[in-house]
Amino acid sequence: MRTVIFRTVAPYLTSLMVLFSIFVLLRGHNEPGGGFIGGLIAASAFAIYGIACGVAPVRRALYFHPMALSAFGLLMSTLAGMISLPLSVPFMTGNWMKLHLFGNEIDLSSVLLFDIGVYFVVLGAITSIALALEERDRG
Amino acid sequence: MATAAQTPVDFSAAFNMAPTPLADWLIVMPVAWCLLAGAVLLMLRKRTALHPGIAIFALIGLCLFDAALLVRVLAEGPLTMVMGRWLPPFGIAFTVDLMGALFALTAALVALAAGVFGRADVDTTGRRYGFYPFLMLLMAGVSGAFLTGDVFNLYVWFEVLLIASFGLLVLGSERAQIDGATKYAFLNLVGTTLFLIATGYLYGLFGSLNMADIIVKAPQLRDTAPLMTLTTLYLLAFAMKAAAFPVNFWLPASYHTPKLAVSALFGGLLTKVGIYALIRVLVMLFPVERDHLAWVIAVIAALTMVLGVVGALAQNDTRRAVGYLVISGIGVMMAGIALGSPGGLSGTIFYALHSMVVMTALYFAAGIGGTLAGSFLLSRSGGLYAGHAVLAFTTLALFFSVAGLPPFSGLWPKVLLVKAALDVGAWWLAASILVTGFLTTIATGRIWLLAYWRPAPVGAEPGTNPRAPTAVEGRHEPPVAAPGDAAPPFAAMAVLLALTSLSVVFGLWPEPLLAAAQEAAAALLDPSAYVLSVFPGEVPQ
Repeated sequence: MRTVIFRTVAPYLTSLMVLFSIFVLLRGHNEPGGGFIGGLIAASAFAIYGIACGVAPVRRALYFHPMALSAFGLLMSTLAGMISLPLSVPFMTGNWMKLHLFGNEIDLSSVLLFDIGVYFVVLGAITSIALALEERDRG
Repeated sequence: MATAAQTPVDFSAAFNMAPTPLADWLIVMPVAWCLLAGAVLLMLRKRTALHPGIAIFALIGLCLFDAALLVRVLAEGPLTMVMGRWLPPFGIAFTVDLMGALFALTAALVALAAGVFGRADVDTTGRRYGFYPFLMLLMAGVSGAFLTGDVFNLYVWFEVLLIASFGLLVLGSERAQIDGATKYAFLNLVGTTLFLIATGYLYGLFGSLNMADIIVKAPQLRDTAPLMTLTTLYLLAFAMKAAAFPVNFWLPASYHTPKLAVSALFGGLLTKVGIYALIRVLVMLFPVERDHLAWVIAVIAALTMVLGVVGALAQNDTRRAVGYLVISGIGVMMAGIALGSPGGLSGTIFYALHSMVVMTALYFAAGIGGTLAGSFLLSRSGGLYAGHAVLAFTTLALFFSVAGLPPFSGLWPKVLLVKAALDVGAWWLAASILVTGFLTTIATGRIWLLAYWRPAPVGAEPGTNPRAPTAVEGRHEPPVAAPGDAAPPFAAMAVLLALTSLSVVFGLWPEPLLAAAQEAAAALLDPSAYVLSVFPGEVPQ
């Protein structure tokens, strides 16, 4: 698998896929997409990079262990549900706030925060499995 | 946004507009708290020195949340919180009734005990593999299963606890553990798949997964819908989880392989989640179908309890023997489900709570005893009484408790169950409970005689058994205490004594728990309060 073509393309492909995964994640609120599929795309990006250039560079590039990323996502999603606590609404209620930025009105929600959490859970879990398998593969 | 301003939306059609009081957060806190603690522990996975402190703090918090929840449920009846403010049955409801609160609190106490015991039992490798994160995530699953009021959500929590339990089973990835985990994983996946199929079918029939909604709708659908098939599927799926005969063989094949803290946790909690689900679905949701199945459940119950204890009689490894005692207890609990009367159900609930505590303590005792004797095999151990009288008497107390002898907590639920069985003329079921108690006395007496009472082999100090090899047999990790240690570790003994004293207290003073179990059983048989808590203003039937 470590042909010159693949090794040359892999970094570009990976960065494009990570960008695309973030796009899919943000798009997911009103259109098809979301944290789960975004996380899967990002995880496959890292898997591709791992296949082309080895697992160690991926681990270095991620800096955090994939399981820690996954745990961070779980923490974020749970906290997104807990935002409801001071607002006197039940757990996991979608809470909105408007942000005025450079004349634009941006809607921010706890749902988005939850979805970003899901993104990290999926990204971390799948990357962790994929990298472990690739390491095993190389012997 | 602009359109929303022009045409006002009536949110009250879909949303619960009443503000949620802070106290209602108790309903979800056990789950959310465990998830938070699990996530934090997983993020600190390399800092294993911090794990026990954080986890034990979190587990104490969990106990307090569950205790506060129980107090509120006792005072106010069932409580409901629907996620995301949606109105039921569309939102996922968490509905806590007395049975759920009792189970959740006992489970939290058992988990706290396992967490403290794990400080000594689980070494750094086990911690690096994630004993404490998995413990917290397991408790999130167990608490969620006990507190949820939605059938599919119950399935989700089953999955959460199952995945965490896979992780706990293979801490250290040893050969025997992988072997046990494969059997465990396969059979549990079959059970879970059946559960999922049944739930899909349920949704197809009812168009709803909310338990209260199903209670309301079931009488109208009973004539046309194949509810009997559905109930039988649920019975099979949950019986598999609870390790009832004849789908019990995964339990003795796997429960003795992991670390003792894990075995104790599994023996105490996981099978009882199956029993809980059986009670919830068979007794509360489909009582008419349960009546038709009562004979089947009764035969399964009698076979499970008798064959379980016969299995315990035949074992040489104490941990495997305790595994069989767990199965035998499942049979006793199923007898109450088969009877379905208030007396039988309160016996089952009481027995389940007793069993959570006592089975966990038995695994602890077997673990401490085994490491002190240098072997878990009865043929190789002996002389524990001479060196460790406190341990020997505690173990004897637990053995009496599991056999149902006074003055321990095992007596009262069995009295309730035998009486309930005789009330409906099921003398053979009553007889099998009594015979099981008798056989349990023999089985546990045999263990105590061989491992504790019998003198240590000639020429050996107690605890330094020359027949035993230096490493503890059947275990590959560093034991709780090195063989030959003068005393068992303090924390492990303290946990064991605490759990045993719980059994003694509720054996000598069973009234509060009896009253609570009877109230919980009555609420299951007449779930109008449960329905009212989800649909205020609705009158069932």
